[in-house]
Amino acid sequence: MLNNNTVENVLVLFALAIVLVGGVAILGWGVPLAYVLHGWMIAIFAGWGLIWMIARMNEEVRDIPLEYNDKVTRYGVLAALFWALVGFTVGDILAWQLAFPTLNGDVFWSNFGRLRPVHTSAVIFGFGGNALIATSFYVVQRTSRARMASETLPWMVFWGYNLFMVLAATGYPLGITQSKEYAEPEWYADLLLLVVWVGYLALYLKTLSRRAEPHIYVANWYYLAFIVVIAMLHTVNNLSVPVSIAYPKSYSLFSGTQDAMTQWWYGHNAVGFLLTAGFLGMLYYFLPKAVNRPIYSYRMSIVGFWGITFLYLWAGSHHLHYTALPDWVQYLGMTMSIILLVPSWASVFNGILTINGAWDMVRTDPAVRFMMVAILFYGLSTFEGSFMAIRPVNSLSHYTDWTVGHVHAGALGWVAFITFGALYKLVPWIWKREGVYSLRLEAWHFWLALSGTLIYVGAMWNSGITQSLMWQTYDADGAFLFSFLDSVIAMHPYYVARAIGGLLYLIGACIGAYNIYMTVSGPKKAQAREAGPLVPQPAE
Amino acid sequence: MSTQHQKLERHSLGFAMAILMVASIGGIVEIAPLFTIENTVEKVEGMRPYTPLELAGRDIYVREGCYACHSQMIRTLRSDIERYGHYSLAAESMYDHPFQWGSKRTGPDLARIGGKYSDAWHVAHLEAPRELVEGSIMPGYAFLSETRLGTGHLAASLTALSRAGVPYTDAQIENAEKDAAWQADAEQYFEGELQESYGENVQVRDYDGQPGKLTEMDALVAYLQVLGTLADLDSLNLEEVQR
Ligand code: HEM
Ligand code: HEM
Repeated sequence: MLNNNTVENVLVLFALAIVLVGGVAILGWGVPLAYVLHGWMIAIFAGWGLIWMIARMNEEVRDIPLEYNDKVTRYGVLAALFWALVGFTVGDILAWQLAFPTLNGDVFWSNFGRLRPVHTSAVIFGFGGNALIATSFYVVQRTSRARMASETLPWMVFWGYNLFMVLAATGYPLGITQSKEYAEPEWYADLLLLVVWVGYLALYLKTLSRRAEPHIYVANWYYLAFIVVIAMLHTVNNLSVPVSIAYPKSYSLFSGTQDAMTQWWYGHNAVGFLLTAGFLGMLYYFLPKAVNRPIYSYRMSIVGFWGITFLYLWAGSHHLHYTALPDWVQYLGMTMSIILLVPSWASVFNGILTINGAWDMVRTDPAVRFMMVAILFYGLSTFEGSFMAIRPVNSLSHYTDWTVGHVHAGALGWVAFITFGALYKLVPWIWKREGVYSLRLEAWHFWLALSGTLIYVGAMWNSGITQSLMWQTYDADGAFLFSFLDSVIAMHPYYVARAIGGLLYLIGACIGAYNIYMTVSGPKKAQAREAGPLVPQPAE
Repeated sequence: MSTQHQKLERHSLGFAMAILMVASIGGIVEIAPLFTIENTVEKVEGMRPYTPLELAGRDIYVREGCYACHSQMIRTLRSDIERYGHYSLAAESMYDHPFQWGSKRTGPDLARIGGKYSDAWHVAHLEAPRELVEGSIMPGYAFLSETRLGTGHLAASLTALSRAGVPYTDAQIENAEKDAAWQADAEQYFEGELQESYGENVQVRDYDGQPGKLTEMDALVAYLQVLGTLADLDSLNLEEVQR
């Protein structure tokens, strides 16, 4: 076997055994068919993991190779691309459904309400999550100059996480959901994720503790914050009472106002620590590498990091302005959201000033162009977010497409752009290729994605403001000028435009996936060169 | 600052603990008091837990993801109140596990939809929205009328909810399955029993226009018809709810 770390092996075996028992219990006692299928999936996954572990332990002891472990990162990149294509496709289907409602099919599994969480989970957790896990494994090894601290855990994290994703994405169309936005998976999937996440945290900390560098590099601060805070949020927000082992259904422990506040504390910080902190970690490693310049300011990194870590958790109540939540919480959330602009823009300036001096690369290297535009959209969406958190502004924007526009300025423009920029750098490195298969296709991807984003966000700003004005316009007698239905009908052209923008974005992503596929299946680089020497680890 | 921070950067576990500490403050300050401060949820006459049939309907609302397009939270803004009715009180969702306030109004708010339309309107609208409301973009849910309502788990559901703090009595839990069927009974044979158990404001009738058949449509319409009707807003002391 590869490592003789018995404590860790026993713990992993133990965790797998528990998951196996859970899966068998579900497939044995479960009543709804979809739930029984999930039981089978969980049991097969855990059984397969156990067999694999035991087979490994019976192998002869081999030395751990003295090199970085990038195998899981490769799988993670491919999984991220897979979920990206799934998520963008479903997103565009949703967009067309809103423009042409007959596309719902009126079949039980295909309607908008059931498909929408497939989109949000696939893009945020499937695409974003896999990209973060894959890059974090790569980054922590390089910046620590140490190999991953375990040979088995990275696989457990990768497969366990993707099993969670499959349970989530197949559950919603079949009616298994908590209907808590961005926390839809039911209790058994949540428990699985909890086990996986504990493994991820342990692995990350252990790898960091092996580092040959005295200091922990900035990128790791962000990845670590992403792992730690998501663990906290996931656990608290998913506290619930399952009906019984026979049903996937559970009821959240909190109700009404308390549940709403807990949910948006979670929801806003899924934004803050997954869609922001995690991807800032990506930025802080891949941008300096790509432009071959150090991070502009260390001090600004510190301010940005702790500002975000502290302030984000206070801002959730800006999702609940003018509701039944006590006013003091609303005002506190608004205040903190405005202050949050400072550390957010600290990262923006740090990023832009890091590129400063290498502007020619923005022109010549599409990957750098992706990253630069990502920073701009990050700056835009955080400014917009702080603006929308102001109560009078929110009285216009809340419940409208303006929110959806804000979301996608961040999601399409920031999250996906920084990911694609990083992947175009990472893929040739980990597969040891000369470079990306085609720079021309990379540039095509860039322009399609940019125009898709601008069309999408532009359409939603227009439709959002139109909606809110139509809802709040009175005639001379003080009666409403428009019925609600008028505002629905007025959305049609914007919804068509959004669907077209989304289609461009999707085509761009398909080209990107093809380009990466061709890079991977192309010839290897003549001689592999590593960034820095790897330090031998003392035997354990 | 920089030198001290450099010290922190040398300890991975310490760094992780520091993150956890700094990040937990906001939640502790904003969420914990909501459970202790009494006037988070005001006292209102009329609020009661959902009957088993209404709860089954609510589970369908949750399952279908209706919250993706419909809010259930009327804000204190004039334009909200005039369009949808009295602003929502915290008490009105005190038995909602989970809350379904929503964040998007692709369709109108539903917090006070109860009693606004007839049962027949709801059934027809859910089955084929555009036949009734031309220009609507809502999906059709005709399959609800054809699907028999599963009630086998309702006692377990009520038990789970009572563990989460909803005051269901043992008798209510025991009778959950029966109560669900009784509430959709066209003969209204057991109206007295149900009202005694849950209160005067329980509405008993066949909801889906198919007497003798208990469908998911029955449950969903029963839920929709109770939304926003329970709290007795006239008895409200407005001074008290000023937050
Ligand atoms: C300083 C940073 C930010 C602030 C203060 C902020 C603030 C806000 C506000 C006020 C809303 C509207 C809430 C409502 O009325 O319902 C919102 C929604 C949202 N924002 Fe941001 N935002 C920020 C950055 C971002 C970024 C970078 C993303 C990345 C993708 C993002 C993703 C979202 C999402 C997904 C929602 C929708 C939540 C829902 O489902 O209703 N935000 N944000
Ligand atoms: C081809 C690209 C995409 C298209 C066409 C698309 C389309 C859509 C549509 C139609 C909705 C429903 C809006 C509504 O309810 O009115 C939606 C919601 C959402 N999408 Fe996307 N999307 C795309 C990419 C992404 C990406 C890359 C992310 C995140 C990384 C993302 C995150 C979200 C979120 C968080 C919501 C919920 C917004 C809210 O609740 O306010 N989307 N998307």
